[in-house]
Amino acid sequence: MSDRIFGAVGLLLAALFAYSAMIIEESFLSDAVGPKAFPLIIAAILAVCSLTILLKPDAAPKWPTLPRFVELVASIVVMVLYAEFLPIVGFVIATALASAYLTWRLGTSAIQSVVVGISIAVGIYIIFHLLFGLSLAKGPLGF
Amino acid sequence: MDTLSSLADGFVIAMTFQNLILALLGCFLGTIMGALPGLGPSNGVAILIPLAFSLGLGATPSLILLTSVYYGAMYGGRISSILLNIPGDAPALMTCIDGYPMAQNGRGGEALALSGFASFIGSFLATWGLVLLAPQLVKIALAFGPAEYFALFALAFATLGGVSSTNQAKSAFAAMIGLGLAMVGVDTQTGVPRFTFGIVHFYDGIDFLVAIVGLFAISEVFIFIENRHGSADAEGKKVELGRLTPSWKTFWGSFPTIIRTSLVGFLAGVLPGAGASLGSFISYSMEKRLLDKEGTFGKGDPRGVAAPEAGNNAAAGGALVPMLALGVPGSGTTAVLLAVLLALNITPGPLLFANNPDVVWGLIAALFIGNFILLLLNIPFVGIFIRVLLVPPRILMPIVAMVSFVGIYGIAGSTFDLVVMVGFGALGWLFRKMDVPLVPIILGVLLGNNMESNLRRAITISDGDWSVLFSSPLSMTLWAISIIGFVLPIFVGRFIPKKAKKLPETVEEEVSN
Repeated sequence: MSDRIFGAVGLLLAALFAYSAMIIEESFLSDAVGPKAFPLIIAAILAVCSLTILLKPDAAPKWPTLPRFVELVASIVVMVLYAEFLPIVGFVIATALASAYLTWRLGTSAIQSVVVGISIAVGIYIIFHLLFGLSLAKGPLGF
Repeated sequence: MDTLSSLADGFVIAMTFQNLILALLGCFLGTIMGALPGLGPSNGVAILIPLAFSLGLGATPSLILLTSVYYGAMYGGRISSILLNIPGDAPALMTCIDGYPMAQNGRGGEALALSGFASFIGSFLATWGLVLLAPQLVKIALAFGPAEYFALFALAFATLGGVSSTNQAKSAFAAMIGLGLAMVGVDTQTGVPRFTFGIVHFYDGIDFLVAIVGLFAISEVFIFIENRHGSADAEGKKVELGRLTPSWKTFWGSFPTIIRTSLVGFLAGVLPGAGASLGSFISYSMEKRLLDKEGTFGKGDPRGVAAPEAGNNAAAGGALVPMLALGVPGSGTTAVLLAVLLALNITPGPLLFANNPDVVWGLIAALFIGNFILLLLNIPFVGIFIRVLLVPPRILMPIVAMVSFVGIYGIAGSTFDLVVMVGFGALGWLFRKMDVPLVPIILGVLLGNNMESNLRRAITISDGDWSVLFSSPLSMTLWAISIIGFVLPIFVGRFIPKKAKKLPETVEEEVSN
């Protein structure tokens, strides 16, 4: 079943891709092939593959249970939030929080997680910023 | 002779203090990444690429660092295979079969040392193979026109899926996704924006480094979160190492095996799409068929440890041949290395040997040096790496994620790219669950623009006649090979599935390393 849905989404994607290729504005100074042809070939092969997946599906993979799935989505959200807040609160604070969260969710105890999170953030800061001189996001506190 | 003098020049370049330090660092990091389950050569190199750039290293030094990591990971994979029965990376899978029983019999140290020697000989011979074969391949490649290149790229996609995936439709699907992603951005020939949906960030295309790090490194973190096997696999297992040198008898008994499997592995590596996993797989099966008369294979036969290790290291060297000479990578990790070259504005292929001989030969010389460093690191100092193995994934995985963020932030400097990277991580997780291989996606993103411009150049030269793609004997041959390479596995049955079923979840997806 998973593969059938996947194939259907793939078909949709191919159609969307082909449509977006059709509306590419061609400039009057174009070569013989133009900017549309190759994307259209891609869309066609994509459609054939998706159709094959749809018609000849593999056995369904083992999907995570709902709590595991929520866990996964939560970690994605944390990473996106991390990216958004990085320039605002600075590298060390953001990284300490994000890595503490991740290691906690992977099974470290709560107090240990805080220690691990801070050590990862400070460790990366020392090695990559102080030692290698890489520029990391600066927060209001200067680190 | 020409080749040898170029190689000598390469040694002059590689022998600078900075380059030697980078080779040492790369070998060290690579061995660690190989040894840690969950980090293999392709995601190890992927994490380090952005760092190499952010540090402002030049072309040759970056390549030396990253290929040392690549060679190092091939060595490191065996450590956890032998000691913990968990392959550190996909190519080291076959080493578990005889390595772990040896460790259980108290011969772990011997197995580590022997496999270290086997890795060394495999890499050493393969690097010579690279020296001798690559310039010959370059001569052939000089006859390639745009139509032939287009066919060559098609061949790379067809065979990459054919050997490493279990479902041809899915690997072709992955390749098309990659090519489609490469199309995003302003068309270089006519200047019109394509598939940007009005988002300014997309005008200069999707940065392939962002895609690679997201697909390989971040998705790995998601896999761990999903399964929560963050609690250490390694904790609580302590094995007696025994002596750290193989006896002469064991060594000479395995020597013919090492030589044979080095050659087989090298050939498997040179073939597009096969890579190190297949190299070790074929090596082991061949030796088992040849030598296993008393049924000792699988119960701790030293030759069963030497065979896959010589095979996968030789394949790692072999996979560099098509990558450097043709610009078409032979495996997953060399695809990632190709990204390094492209990001450095170096076009691999025949022109690389003519225009940047310092890069090529400096790199090859560094491989020789790195191989000696690795031998040293992996036999007398193997204890360091055994201790690193005790870092549990629940701590390791956040480090992987954060280092990926640091690297991408360092080159892109924008939140937008970080979010795109997380998006690729989620996509990578989904594709792994669906058994869609990730390597063709990367290859598509990397080669897409080049493939298209070759197509357009070919057709422009022929004045709009599409049949030019199939007109020369060379391109006909390439098309024929790609069709056979794509179709044959469907009928003949696949090389890998039987073994893929036995793979633990974390290494299952990177079979084409």
